[in-house]
Amino acid sequence: MNQTTRQQIVIAGVGGQGVLFVTRLLAEAAIRRGLPVLTSETHGMAQRGGSVVSHLKIGGFASPLIRTGAADGLLGLKAESLDHFGRFLKPGAWVRLNGPAIGIESPRSRRVDAETLAAGLGNPRAVNLILLGFSLGVAEGDPEPGLFCTEKEIQEALTDSLGRAPDLLEASRAALEAGLSAGRRGGKTRTV
Amino acid sequence: MGGIKLMLGNEAIARGVVESGCSVATSYPGTPASEILGSVASQGRGEGLAMHAQWAVNEKVAFEIAYAAAMSGLRAMVSMKQVGLNVASDPLMSAAYMGTRGGFVVISADDPGPHSSQTEQDSRMMAMMAKIPVLDPDTPRQARELVKTAFALSERFEIPVMLRPTTRVCHARQDVPLGPVDRELRRPAFEKDPTRWAATPKFRLRLHQELEGKLARLAEAPETFPKLQNGAAGKRAVAASGVAAAHAQDILKDLGLWDELPFYQIFQPFPLHTRFIGEVLSRHESVLVLEETLGVIEMQLADRSRVRGKMDGTVSRVGELDPERIEDLIARFAERSRTSVPVATPPGRRPTLCAGCPHRATFFAIKKAAPRAIYTSDIGCYTLGLNLGAVDTVLCMGAAVSQAAGFYHAYKGEARPPDIIATIGDSTFFHAGIPALVDAVTQRVRFVLVVLDNRTTAMTGNQPTPASGVDVAGEPLHAVELESIIRGCGIGFVREGDPYRLKDMTRLIRDAVRYSREKGPAVVISRHPCLLDKRSRERARVALPPRVTEKCDGCRYCVDHFECPALVPDPAGTRVDIDPALCSGCGVCIDVCPRNAIVSGAGSTKTGNPGPEQEAP
Repeated sequence: MNQTTRQQIVIAGVGGQGVLFVTRLLAEAAIRRGLPVLTSETHGMAQRGGSVVSHLKIGGFASPLIRTGAADGLLGLKAESLDHFGRFLKPGAWVRLNGPAIGIESPRSRRVDAETLAAGLGNPRAVNLILLGFSLGVAEGDPEPGLFCTEKEIQEALTDSLGRAPDLLEASRAALEAGLSAGRRGGKTRTV
Repeated sequence: MGGIKLMLGNEAIARGVVESGCSVATSYPGTPASEILGSVASQGRGEGLAMHAQWAVNEKVAFEIAYAAAMSGLRAMVSMKQVGLNVASDPLMSAAYMGTRGGFVVISADDPGPHSSQTEQDSRMMAMMAKIPVLDPDTPRQARELVKTAFALSERFEIPVMLRPTTRVCHARQDVPLGPVDRELRRPAFEKDPTRWAATPKFRLRLHQELEGKLARLAEAPETFPKLQNGAAGKRAVAASGVAAAHAQDILKDLGLWDELPFYQIFQPFPLHTRFIGEVLSRHESVLVLEETLGVIEMQLADRSRVRGKMDGTVSRVGELDPERIEDLIARFAERSRTSVPVATPPGRRPTLCAGCPHRATFFAIKKAAPRAIYTSDIGCYTLGLNLGAVDTVLCMGAAVSQAAGFYHAYKGEARPPDIIATIGDSTFFHAGIPALVDAVTQRVRFVLVVLDNRTTAMTGNQPTPASGVDVAGEPLHAVELESIIRGCGIGFVREGDPYRLKDMTRLIRDAVRYSREKGPAVVISRHPCLLDKRSRERARVALPPRVTEKCDGCRYCVDHFECPALVPDPAGTRVDIDPALCSGCGVCIDVCPRNAIVSGAGSTKTGNPGPEQEAP
């Protein structure tokens, strides 16, 4: 990918899941690539357990919001995220969703049971980073472009962000790794 | 200092404040403006600036502190949300007349939508009413630039200047270039001039005259002159400000109209540049104006027959101008077909108090103690007590107390007046509850005030309160004691309890209700720290979630009346389980279950989470 990269991603979940944290890591990764970036976030009352959505726009945009039918991809931290925010996706967009695996719905849609993986790590609130890792892992095995950035760039952004909290950084890395390996496995089983 | 940094809009605004060499910065927290002050303080510290940054008890006080610093020749800023400006409108109107010596920037963040506010009011209209200029940024980058422009204009014209960002600017993040910091040493030099700083009405007339002169000159200021962004020419034109301009820019490109439909961006909606008004109306037959949320630019473009906007009903007067609406408006105006299809927005999940929130326990106790009372409440997380049926009214900051008084006076002639229970947060009580409580004492209002004391301003990201005893940087300050203030107001019944001890709290509120029926106002302080507050030790205290035993018959009493998000009914409706990922281990639900089917867990195993700790609402 180069300077002409343009990508619009919707990141959705529920207040408290860490939607903003994932959005920020991805935005930092874009800056590492020298790409212009704009995000739009949910703050305030809606953050109290309500539906939360971030818009992430990489490349030369002026507006921070993604229009209906314009997003290249969606990271859904809850299975319901697709129902709530699927209207933003353009035809053929990719979807990475946290939810029990119920088979592959479309060639560009993948699910991971991030809650079970998180429980396995003894860190039930790591769903956000597991799903991010999963999306990066899937992208590696997918011939069509998925997330604009690489695992390495996310790792660097994570270290920058949590470098002063070694315990948190270690737990976060473990979550990202768990997602990555699930993604690499899931990324190879392309059907349809 | 150079380089590029990913910044939240509010951090970019703070960057502009710091780069302008601001000496005094004040605020009261409120979404979407909350992050500005903390970021001013931390960036100011990072740049080694000698600066006073503080949370004030309310917006009026914040305004007056910053304004006096500007009167003395220093650069100063005050930030708040749009309804906060209502509270600060008294000093605003007067400061406009008296003007300023040092640069004075008033940042009032609007919330079209509304996403986290009571109203969609337009602060630009307040600027117009006060007769001060207002700048309207479209992105974090532009917000940083316009803060610097605002300081410069304020000093040049000796007038307070407003910056009006909206939610979509405050809570956007963007790569922002860092500029050099103004390190000019400014010393306070207040020059006494009673005809200006203490003007009587006779002198106010003269000040008003001077103010009009300043505005006329500001309507010619070259640095804020509207910009034709695409160089196009044609009969029809679009003029936009704020984030609507950013949406319009992308949409004009997507619709293939960038080279043919002239697009003006307006940076200073009031006063609109006199020459621009003449030019735009002579060059174009019709003009579509896109702005949030009132037609402030539109009403200054005087030709009604040729201007399309809010006044002729072309643009909705209600709700956010989101990109879908703007695409539709531009496509219709240019007689093009739009590319995207509008889709109805499905309802999302409603907000709720956090699992383990002490407010939920208090509301449950209130409902138990006085199930038929009128419940007045206030602005904060606890507004969500309406999910539990324990909040009947929410008007504005402090109104829980005065509305309780109003209901009392309305019903006092009735044979059986209802009990009245008001709930207010600690920060809101300091902000605007105290005068209302003094009034209620004077009038012997028979009601119970429950102060929800979680030791923080939770909804906006856990800023300290006057009782916290710490400043914006966490340094020690003098702490004010809640009980002393309440007793000082003349309240005879003041008692404190921990809502986690649900039965005791219920009894305490019952006692207070009984007292209030006989004697007048009673106050219960329901005290337990917010679980999201990083300063609180409560975070470290983790317990295993309680267990639901086989006694649970799926009656849903806990789900419907306690409404904790960690209590999850199974799809078959035969029982309720506890979601260990959400449960805080507070154990209050043990006392809620009418079947005694929830029992305590023991021990401690929870680990940290890299997600929400990073976030401020």
